[in-house]
Amino acid sequence: MNKKIRVLIAKPGLDGHDRGAKIVARALRNAGMEVIYTGLHQTAEMIVETAIQEDVDVIGLSLLSGAHMTLFTDVTKLLKEKNIEDIIVLGGGIIPEQDIPKLKKEGITGVFGPGTHTEEIIEFIHKNVKS
Amino acid sequence: MYDKKKIEYIKNKKEEWVKNNYNKHIKKHPERKESFDNLSGIEINNIYCPYDNKDLDYLKDIGFPGEYPFLRGIHSTMHRGRLWTMRQFAGFGSAEETNKRYKFLLSHGETGLSVAFDYPTLYGYDTDHHLARGEFGKCGVAISSLSDMEILFDGIAVDEITTSMTINGPAAIVWAMYIANAENRGIDRRRIGGTIQNDILKEYIAQKSFIFPPEPSMRLIVDTFEYGFKEVPRWNTISISGYHIREAGSTATQELAFTLGDGIEYVKAATKRGLDIDDFAPRLSFFFNAHNDFFEEIAKYRAARRIWAKEMKKLGAKKDRSLLMRFHTQTAGCSLTAQQPEINIVRVTLQALSAILGGTQSLHTNSMDEALALPSEKAVRIALRTQQIIAEESGVTDTIDPLGGSYYLEWLTEKMEEETYKYFDKVEKLGGVIPAIEKGFFQREIAESAYKYQKEVDSKERKIVGVNDYIIEDELTIPLLKMDEKGEHRQINRLKKLRKERNNQKVEKYLNQLKKAAEGTENLMPYILNCVRSYGTLGEICGLLREIFGEYEEPAIY
Repeated sequence: MNKKIRVLIAKPGLDGHDRGAKIVARALRNAGMEVIYTGLHQTAEMIVETAIQEDVDVIGLSLLSGAHMTLFTDVTKLLKEKNIEDIIVLGGGIIPEQDIPKLKKEGITGVFGPGTHTEEIIEFIHKNVKS
Repeated sequence: MYDKKKIEYIKNKKEEWVKNNYNKHIKKHPERKESFDNLSGIEINNIYCPYDNKDLDYLKDIGFPGEYPFLRGIHSTMHRGRLWTMRQFAGFGSAEETNKRYKFLLSHGETGLSVAFDYPTLYGYDTDHHLARGEFGKCGVAISSLSDMEILFDGIAVDEITTSMTINGPAAIVWAMYIANAENRGIDRRRIGGTIQNDILKEYIAQKSFIFPPEPSMRLIVDTFEYGFKEVPRWNTISISGYHIREAGSTATQELAFTLGDGIEYVKAATKRGLDIDDFAPRLSFFFNAHNDFFEEIAKYRAARRIWAKEMKKLGAKKDRSLLMRFHTQTAGCSLTAQQPEINIVRVTLQALSAILGGTQSLHTNSMDEALALPSEKAVRIALRTQQIIAEESGVTDTIDPLGGSYYLEWLTEKMEEETYKYFDKVEKLGGVIPAIEKGFFQREIAESAYKYQKEVDSKERKIVGVNDYIIEDELTIPLLKMDEKGEHRQINRLKKLRKERNNQKVEKYLNQLKKAAEGTENLMPYILNCVRSYGTLGEICGLLREIFGEYEEPAIY
């Protein structure tokens, strides 16, 4: 039997908009993944620490506030510093089109904006996690 | 409203119509859907007729505007007398940039101001706090001290215009800055008008920008109620908000029930302190969402007025003014699509129309680009023009509550009221609003509804134009707002200079006095005012209160 994919859904920074994070967490859980939700107000250190402890395959970051360029890349930078290469990082929220290539360059593998079908995220994870 | 015999006759006639006409027709031409459900999951019938309003007594249950139960409006002339306040929620970057935006909006016919603060401000941190990283000016304007407030309202007549401020955890402090700024400009605080959101319960429930635990938070709120009716009598000291509950994914019924439930909780907290309900209740105001289902939204506002009036009477209010559910509306941010952004203008128009037909006192219309970024000047001007077209051209303001008496609307209004009372009972059984929050009741209810909605959209059971149907491949792009990148630097320098140049002995003295008062039970408003007048910063004041009151941590439920 294949090992279940483990996903950490995290809310970095001060932003309290958690509707998207919670919907994605439920959708991934219903798709058979193990989902850990951090709750609000997480620093990059807290997120990476939890990701390591929980041995996750995926970190999903969600943000509406517009601080994604700083807060998402804080997480990928810290992963790089710790030489962690087997966790893929996804981002979701209100993210302008022009920021997406910059985020991808910084190691955010997939970016999902408003109106994304939850199935699209599930497929993306299945395709990108090496099992 | 109807003669019993006649009602029975109509009922029989309707049954005949169903049998001989409708049923025959749908056998040949089935309807588009098996069942038609609104966004609250209430099944909507094919047609409504007088029989569906059979239990309504016009004078008792509907009545006239400006009279109990205020179903048709809180004022006797409503929008024939005075239009709603056109109040666009705005704020970004530094105080300088936002001040420019306010002047732009006012020059285009806006009639009230509404301040959006950035996340550090909402959490009571100064811009240079380490947790403020990346957030400066992103979701609103950064206000760390009275000095920023002075710039924010520079050249704006704060004695003439009313200002609404979306601030909750640190509401008392930011309000104190507004008062102090007016007073420094020679304006008596008794003359200024506006609103602070100051609604912490919905922060725990939905918006999640809380600082302190429930008990000290409620104390601060009651402090503002008391200070308000005594010292700043034209100020609405709370805006009890359903908007964020809805944005977090609730249904319209949940929005209605949870918001009014919160309202009742605040009234109880204030009367427990010994305040007279008729002193503070006239300054309680509300804030609702305007989502997509047109009639459901109108029914929601109407039901809210009737329920509030009834409940306030039960709580002992004697004056008519205490019974009035006055409200601001914002069109639903969560209904905007990032796809084909221009079509959001149409959504916003319908939503705004529902708020106006529902008798709103004040309205924000969203800009078409808000699923992508903060609004550009062009986008926000179109949003404002939308209100102006409805007000000046559509004719819907010519009579009061024009949809009142619609069999469907009156039925739906009653139905939503009924569902609200069911939620009141549930919350009561959990021990009240705060215990229900601590048990995660509201949070779970909202998460369930949000997920259900998403599933319906994913499965195309619920169509969203441009998202799951009528999709175009080549998306049109619209120009988005660009912020001044030097704003953060400017703000941090201003803070550093301020901390160096102000009379620090004075600041320390007032902070110490506030600390002692906070450890006791006195009203904190005069102490907070002294701190902000001497240019104590938001972060310093909140930091001190954090030490005394502690911080709230929510259970992570999904």
